[in-house]
Amino acid sequence: MRLLTHNMLSCNIKGVTKGFPLSIEVQRLDTKDADFNPDFLRNIFPKLEWKAFHDAAVSIGLNDIPEQVDPTMLEDHEFLQKFHHALLEVHLEEGALICPETGRRFPVTKGVPNMLLHEDEV
Amino acid sequence: MADCRRPDLMRTLSSMPHRKSLQRQISSPPLCSGEKGNVFSAWHAQVDNKGDGELQTDDDDGSLGHYAVVDSPRRRIASVRLVARHPEVYEPCDDSFALVDALLADKVNLLERQPSLCLEVGCGSGYVITSLALLMGGGHGTHYIATDISSAAAQVTCNTLASHGVEADVIVTNLVTGLEKRLAGSVDVLVFNPPYVPTPEDEVGAAGITASWAGGDRGRTVIDRMLAIVDLLMSSKGLFYLLTLTANNPGEICQIMKKKGFASRIVIQRSTEEESLHVLKFWREDVKDLSENGSPATLSNSLSAKISRLAFWR
Repeated sequence: MRLLTHNMLSCNIKGVTKGFPLSIEVQRLDTKDADFNPDFLRNIFPKLEWKAFHDAAVSIGLNDIPEQVDPTMLEDHEFLQKFHHALLEVHLEEGALICPETGRRFPVTKGVPNMLLHEDEV
Repeated sequence: MADCRRPDLMRTLSSMPHRKSLQRQISSPPLCSGEKGNVFSAWHAQVDNKGDGELQTDDDDGSLGHYAVVDSPRRRIASVRLVARHPEVYEPCDDSFALVDALLADKVNLLERQPSLCLEVGCGSGYVITSLALLMGGGHGTHYIATDISSAAAQVTCNTLASHGVEADVIVTNLVTGLEKRLAGSVDVLVFNPPYVPTPEDEVGAAGITASWAGGDRGRTVIDRMLAIVDLLMSSKGLFYLLTLTANNPGEICQIMKKKGFASRIVIQRSTEEESLHVLKFWREDVKDLSENGSPATLSNSLSAKISRLAFWR
């Protein structure tokens, strides 16, 4: 699971108001090279919740993502490289995502998060 | 059947599962018997590596070269031979091929929309989402997400994506649970090959491969759950491709979507001995469907009429 995926997920248990962002429990991280595509980064940038992305990056040990950003930074190659690496190349292979309101744990197994709810949570 | 002379196609066909409608009736594996229902499978195995989505006939030279090259620039959809397999995951079959053919047929329209986000719900083997990503090409910065209720299917999809060198986020969930808040209003292309086979309600969402085909009353239980959230998910330029069986009453589905403000048309209609499949396409009525070349969108009532005529061929 990439941090891009993490940024799209929230907890939807009955009664939860926001359920975002989910905190990350790391058991195993992996790094995989991904094609560097500035168009993709510029496209996805306005859709990201940047604070959630920044905080998630810090929580898995990636400390070179700036807390504050503006769109002009998307022309800066050095920034794009760091953004690309944190967003697309670092994978949570084993671990969990945890709801900030209920503490509900969503497992991540072989890189895939499982967001299925139990019957009494729907 | 001429295709059966080819050992590569023999292997592909002999591993083909029954289409969803037969999953309930027959438990033995199918063979390359030349049965009519396998024609589309064979045809797809032939053309799936041809360039640009053009429907070419095979040159029958026995060459296997173009089946084996992973990153051939000519590749435009997923290769059946590179699709990962698992005993509890539905393998690509006529319905999957019809859906990919519909996406190919609508490729110009898809590209013109320049989608930022494409989502497949119920990705199964990963054949469709991989094909979509390949036919869209990699240069547009498009983000792909695929979901499935089965964790085995999610893993198979990951493997199929990887064997084609395609990136997508794969999530185990029920339809789009956990994604709906963040994706609201931003899905540009939504693809759904639902469990469409009419079954008793208690089979819907059952463990294993059953969830891939068990559709409840008229095969509509899961389809209707999806229809209820399409409006929430779709962007203003969004396109929704839905595979249905005649028994699902596609005309009624179009009427339901029309009430939500979506126009519709049939992209592909295909009949086998066992089932008659339609790929329906929906878009917001206030946005012109570029493939219609400016003519008014097909009305859903004329679509219903067309479908009832087609139903004659079931």
